[in-house]
Amino acid sequence: MTFNIIVLAKQVPDTRNVGKDAMKADGTVNRGALPAIFNPEDLNALEQALGIKDQYPGTKITVLTMGPARAAEILREGLFRGADDGVLLTDRAFAGADTLATSYALAMAVKKIGDFDIIISGRQAIDGDTAQVGPQVAEKLGIPQVTYAEAIESIDRKRARVKRRLENGVEVVESPLPLLVTVNGSARTCRPRNAKFLQKYKHAKTVTERQVENLDYIDLYSSRPYLNLTEWSVADVNADPVQCGLSGSPTKVKKIENVVFQAKESKRLTDDDTELEDLIKELIANHTIG
Amino acid sequence: MANFYTDTPQFRHYLNHPLMKRIVELKERNYTDKHTYDYAPMDFEDAMDSYDKILEVVGEICGDIIEPNAETVDHSGPTVADGRVTYASPTQENLDALNKAELMGMAFPRRFGGLNFPMVPYMISADIVSRADASFQNIWMLQDCGETIYEFASDEQKNEYLPRVARGETMSMDLTEPDAGSDLQAVMLKASYNEKEGQWYLNGVKRFITNGDADIHLVLARSEEGTKDARGLSMYVYDKNSGGVTVRRIENKMGIKGAPTCELVFKNAKAELVGSRRMGLIKYVMSLMNGARLGIMAQSVGISEAACREAYDYALERRQFGKAIIEMPPVFEMLANMRAKTDASRAILYETCRFVDMYKILEDISRERKLTPEERDEMKYYSRLADAFTPLGKGMTSEYANQNAYDAIQIHGGSGYMKDYKCERLYRDARITNIYEGTTQLQVVAAIRHVTTGTYLNRIREYEAMPVLPELEPLKRTLSKMAQMYEKLAEIVTAPKDEEYLDFHARRLVESAGHVIMGHLLLQDANKEPEMFRRSAEVYIHYGQVEVVKNYNFVTKSRIEDLGYYKPVLSE
Repeated sequence: MTFNIIVLAKQVPDTRNVGKDAMKADGTVNRGALPAIFNPEDLNALEQALGIKDQYPGTKITVLTMGPARAAEILREGLFRGADDGVLLTDRAFAGADTLATSYALAMAVKKIGDFDIIISGRQAIDGDTAQVGPQVAEKLGIPQVTYAEAIESIDRKRARVKRRLENGVEVVESPLPLLVTVNGSARTCRPRNAKFLQKYKHAKTVTERQVENLDYIDLYSSRPYLNLTEWSVADVNADPVQCGLSGSPTKVKKIENVVFQAKESKRLTDDDTELEDLIKELIANHTIG
Repeated sequence: MANFYTDTPQFRHYLNHPLMKRIVELKERNYTDKHTYDYAPMDFEDAMDSYDKILEVVGEICGDIIEPNAETVDHSGPTVADGRVTYASPTQENLDALNKAELMGMAFPRRFGGLNFPMVPYMISADIVSRADASFQNIWMLQDCGETIYEFASDEQKNEYLPRVARGETMSMDLTEPDAGSDLQAVMLKASYNEKEGQWYLNGVKRFITNGDADIHLVLARSEEGTKDARGLSMYVYDKNSGGVTVRRIENKMGIKGAPTCELVFKNAKAELVGSRRMGLIKYVMSLMNGARLGIMAQSVGISEAACREAYDYALERRQFGKAIIEMPPVFEMLANMRAKTDASRAILYETCRFVDMYKILEDISRERKLTPEERDEMKYYSRLADAFTPLGKGMTSEYANQNAYDAIQIHGGSGYMKDYKCERLYRDARITNIYEGTTQLQVVAAIRHVTTGTYLNRIREYEAMPVLPELEPLKRTLSKMAQMYEKLAEIVTAPKDEEYLDFHARRLVESAGHVIMGHLLLQDANKEPEMFRRSAEVYIHYGQVEVVKNYNFVTKSRIEDLGYYKPVLSE
């Protein structure tokens, strides 16, 4: 038994270690100042796919990402960990996409890939935190979705059993295939890059990346087809340009503000149990917790 | 989010040493593997890039997984039940991560599932792993036993065992017995051959066996009944799947608590002979030990690095008398000495690795084709240097690891004495490095002949011939004075031709050679990368000079007859 898996991944600015110059004066993210990384929850998603591949050798994992030319790095990162293939969706016409336009483009790319049993993505990206793209892709493809997954516990030709981590508990659900799953950061951490895959795929490049002067090891790209990473434009995935990028994005940003968290009022407690209990009661009463 | 490779720029400096070009060319046989393996390098630059990228993975695993696990590993440690060992669960997690990354047979040729790493990048990994968790390095480094299988076992055995190790099965080297520690000639574990079955069986007890419940064991046993010395010992490989060996107990150790140290009982355990009978100790264990000593050097350097960082961070943060203690001369002197000793240790570690690489690779090539006369000379030259530098480096770096761990606690003051701080574990972990794989005293025994035959002095002359920047000339002159003193010292101690007198001062001689050599290595490093090494070169050479003078004074200010005052008075 083998499966075809598509992992949706995004290259994001590393917002976890934000320095002084992380934001521009106008309140937008200064992408140049932050290293570009594999969105953390997408790595959790990849690990779920790799787990299935461990169990069912011969399973094929394709990493799909949308972004500028440098987002091809995400595809290589996927290959280094055990993915089989990578597709970069890149076109000027995709630029400025909100979640709707993004999910449209990704859904069109998934259709172009064709055969798949399961699509796995991270719950959300650390730059936007919308958690909308995965569910919207499922809607556009007309397939079921399981969100907030912590583990794909089992899978067979017909269905998958998925453990969901929800705010107040755990839920185990079953869904028929094909299926889209979004994975939480609480899922198993992704395995490290594999030394052999790293060496095998480190020269893998997209067409755009190969268009440099004095490309190293130029002959390899004909003798080792797997080093040619797929790159698709709007036209390649038969997408409607109007529904892509800025023109396909109804979301308009009204204003961006810098928010500094600070305590408005503070209280000091002693280590007395009853004081702690009173605090908990108070927080429950005003719905801060619970 | 820490990366223990990229946060230490010294590694890339050593990885890019000029001799690496020749080492990698030889190791890769002019890059012929690329036709067979899709992960083999295209050329030198490609190979170097791969080492760098893979070391980044090692650094990430160490920073993100192994180091954060180390405290729990130290506290919980392995357990034994029903004759079998279970690692602390984070230890298993470490192993799984390295396994998934296929970092378990790093130095093996690709045809056995390895990455064909030369010693330099392989030991950089060991250095990094040790900084993260010295006890885990023990388990991981035992893949080194594969080297002995590769060199001496039959093709059938190589094909059986090496790919298994590369896939993550662990190894152990079962040498020590209750009455055979430093003196391995006394090994009694019995190997008997059943003619009818054509099968060897092992019976007896081994003690202090690191990772003793490994999947694959190399066992030193007495195959020649009635013999009492080294010539009656042979080497065997035991496969845990065949059964017959149980773990009677694991030791409760002071440090490296994550690595199980086992007492093993062999009861009719089936085993296979490795290589020729009677060569077990004389040839195979000697080779095994040289590899293991290099591993302990790397472990020592890793512990030193960790100690330096812990002490530095604490000194920066801790305020007393209105300022950070790092601003106080007694503290910053300790920190500077620690950094200098760590850098000097790393310098001799990778110098030794290069020597080992050169001669081992040429030796390996000689199994495939006849070496040219030049290559044969080269092999002899480097083999001698490796033989001289391995005990010297093991001795010096492990003593420094202890000194650095000691000073790290001192800088922490009372807090460092508590279990709450990492320096306390480092201190316990460091303590074994100058004991196992031969105590410092035994390293001196191995090293002293390179004092008397001039190997060290010849190498020092070669260093002296290497040019340095004008601003480093004063350091070079100091080293030259130190070398003169060392040479004089060697003359004085060898002149009476009294073996006991030589043995008495041997450590002083070997350490003096060490100071000169390590000083030169740092000088060369500072010459190339002044920003990175100048301070350590200055501090270390200053420190070394005083040590050499001290040794010189000890010898010259005492008489041969004074030995009598040191001798024990034994009553009947």
